Amino acid sequence: MSRIEIQKTYKIYIGGQFPRTESGRYYPLKNKKGDVMANICLCSRKDFRNAEVAARGAQAGWGSRAAFNRAQILYRIAEMLEGRKEQFISELILQGSTLAAAKIEVEVSIDRMVYYSGWCDKFQTIFSSVNPVASSHFNFSVPEPTGVVAIIADENTSLLGLVTAIAPVIAGGNTCIVLASESKPLCAVTFAEVLNSSDLPGGVVNILTGNSAELHEHFSNHMDVNAVIYYRNNKAEIKTIKENASLNVKRVFVYNKINISTEKAQSPYFIFDTQEIKTTWHPIENIGTAKAGY
Amino acid sequence: MSKKEVKLKFNAAWDLAPAPEDSKHVSIKKQYDLFINGEFVKPNSKKYFATYNPATDEKISEIADADEKDVDKAVKAARAAFGKWSKLSGKERGKYIYRIARLMQERAREFAVIETMDGGKPIRESRDIDVPLAANHFFYYAGWADKLEYAFPNKNPKALGVAGQIIPWNFPLLMAAWKIAPALAAGNTVVLKPAETTPLTALKLAELIRDSGLPKGVVNIITGAGKTGAAIVNHPDINKIAFTGSTNVGKWIQKSIAGTDKKCTLELGGKAANIIFEDAPLDQAVEGIINGIFFNQGHVCCAGSRLFVQESVADIVIRKLKDRMETLKVGDPMDKNTDIGAINSKQQLLKIQEYIAIGKNEGGEIYQPSCSLPKKGNFCKPTIFLNVSQSHRIVQEEIFGPVLAIQTFRTIEEVIEKANNIPYGLSAGVWTDKGSKIFNLTSKLKAGVVWANTYNKFDPTSPFGGYKESGFGREGGLHGLGAYLQF
Repeated sequence: MSRIEIQKTYKIYIGGQFPRTESGRYYPLKNKKGDVMANICLCSRKDFRNAEVAARGAQAGWGSRAAFNRAQILYRIAEMLEGRKEQFISELILQGSTLAAAKIEVEVSIDRMVYYSGWCDKFQTIFSSVNPVASSHFNFSVPEPTGVVAIIADENTSLLGLVTAIAPVIAGGNTCIVLASESKPLCAVTFAEVLNSSDLPGGVVNILTGNSAELHEHFSNHMDVNAVIYYRNNKAEIKTIKENASLNVKRVFVYNKINISTEKAQSPYFIFDTQEIKTTWHPIENIGTAKAGY
Repeated sequence: MSKKEVKLKFNAAWDLAPAPEDSKHVSIKKQYDLFINGEFVKPNSKKYFATYNPATDEKISEIADADEKDVDKAVKAARAAFGKWSKLSGKERGKYIYRIARLMQERAREFAVIETMDGGKPIRESRDIDVPLAANHFFYYAGWADKLEYAFPNKNPKALGVAGQIIPWNFPLLMAAWKIAPALAAGNTVVLKPAETTPLTALKLAELIRDSGLPKGVVNIITGAGKTGAAIVNHPDINKIAFTGSTNVGKWIQKSIAGTDKKCTLELGGKAANIIFEDAPLDQAVEGIINGIFFNQGHVCCAGSRLFVQESVADIVIRKLKDRMETLKVGDPMDKNTDIGAINSKQQLLKIQEYIAIGKNEGGEIYQPSCSLPKKGNFCKPTIFLNVSQSHRIVQEEIFGPVLAIQTFRTIEEVIEKANNIPYGLSAGVWTDKGSKIFNLTSKLKAGVVWANTYNKFDPTSPFGGYKESGFGREGGLHGLGAYLQF
């Protein structure tokens, strides 16, 4: 008699824990033949709010870590992804991908994580400035994380869309709540397991599964979220998100014109989008003929 | 030393004779039309509104009221000019902007006098700060026009198109410069609307731009109130909205353009914490408090309107502050010795007076110096409130006037928490002699500009703009260019 396989329970990821949705709701994920592969959490507003609390709680600590340390943790995520490559490939195949396409998606995802790991302690140098003011002051501008970012990730990919969305945001010291692809959610949950074993502090990345039509409203009207990033094409949802953003002047970025499988989908400018520029002034003692700063 | 011995007695020591700036050399027309496509044209509405001198209540001039058709005309002129202007080499674009800077420097005194007449700010400020900074801003961005590819590594930046720009009444000419200079350097064309209470220097700037030979339609300056601004925001052929003003209007703009692809930068309100530690150079800190809240009558989005003093030095700081307030000269903005001029409008004066009443009703302890106020015009005594807490409205809400709310604190953790516990995040001040403490504070304060051992300093090379509900995007410096480019 053959062995009975242990099937995986797919849950969500909030504050470093793997709870089920508080709503108790689920949606069945079916394969091509129409068989149910898994019951996926259909997340609610309350789940989003819980995730936001976790993200806010983690932000100060994550944002004030040494940039080098963030780089090492992102690199560790890439290492863990590499180790679980086969699992991601088989999940992608389960969700309708070919073997070749699945392999490419996983490899690009790993490489992208390494790419952003490298930027963690370099984008500041690119985007900061020493400003030669015309008075005797030292004046400099540096990027700082904007805070908590709510992301509605790409619908068409299971892993690459998530990595593309999450990596630049956390590389810059933000924390986030991400809605994974509704039709291809399997890798999201497995990716959360990768994050959980990569020294990434709980709450830095929170991953929900469910329906954008239901959740985009809550992602954008929460008063303690600083920015919203949207990777999909629904014009009505974009409009609602931008309107709701005005409640507390959230920063909104719609990245639906980029092809996420190409290298154009990665750049330090994606890190820069969720940064605030802070300028600091300090007087310079006016000795001798010194009249200006740098 | 007893309190009496340390008290400053500037007024007793010397009585300053009036020293009014001459206004005879400036030319102000009785009526101003709209500057569209390089010439002044009558408004479609045929309506005009008056602009007053807030220090004397006298009418200075009549200003055209632009309606939707006028806005459309201005946008069409800007659109028509965009192709040629954006294709002109950066080198040549820069030369036009340099010209504007030079013309402004030549006519600096005239601009300063008109700025003070129309807006009520002391001539000392318009002469030494507003006008030179505005000219410097044009000069600075002129030099960027042919160097854009160096500003954003690995990018090929392009102009956005037509920029709709709406500016406030607190720094009328300076805000026009902050908006127009980077927009032109990046190759955009512009429709700018100054505030309805302070349109004159923007219209003088229009004359100057006409004289500069800038191609027609590249800059259009139209006047009117909120309705005109709304028509700019909602015009379908505008690619970018740049707004400086209140958070409420900023939110309305963000919502209004939600269904469009318009780009947007917002410089909104603030309620800055100015934090004095016990190891600060206290006399300098007191000057910083004065400059932080009474500069430009407190009509400053980055004003240091929430003062936090460490408990151990609170008594001495507050005594020194009261003494210093006693020496402030409040009155005729045209007088070169005036520290605090006129409140910009009746409406704003009423708002400030309402907040002062709210502060008293909420139990705040008010202090105002003994100075007398002119009988005519809109004036308000410099005002501080003691015994207030985080929940008081005068601590939470932007007053935009010379009103300071003072709280004390014991620990750094406490003051960081209090400073950040507000929806705004434009600026902050930190006063301490300890460098490591400054960097600890500056990295934890959620504010776009942090002044350490100084306050209210501005420079064209220095990016300015807010966190949170104080808006997004930066103006000034390299970062200010990004607001007018696409990649």
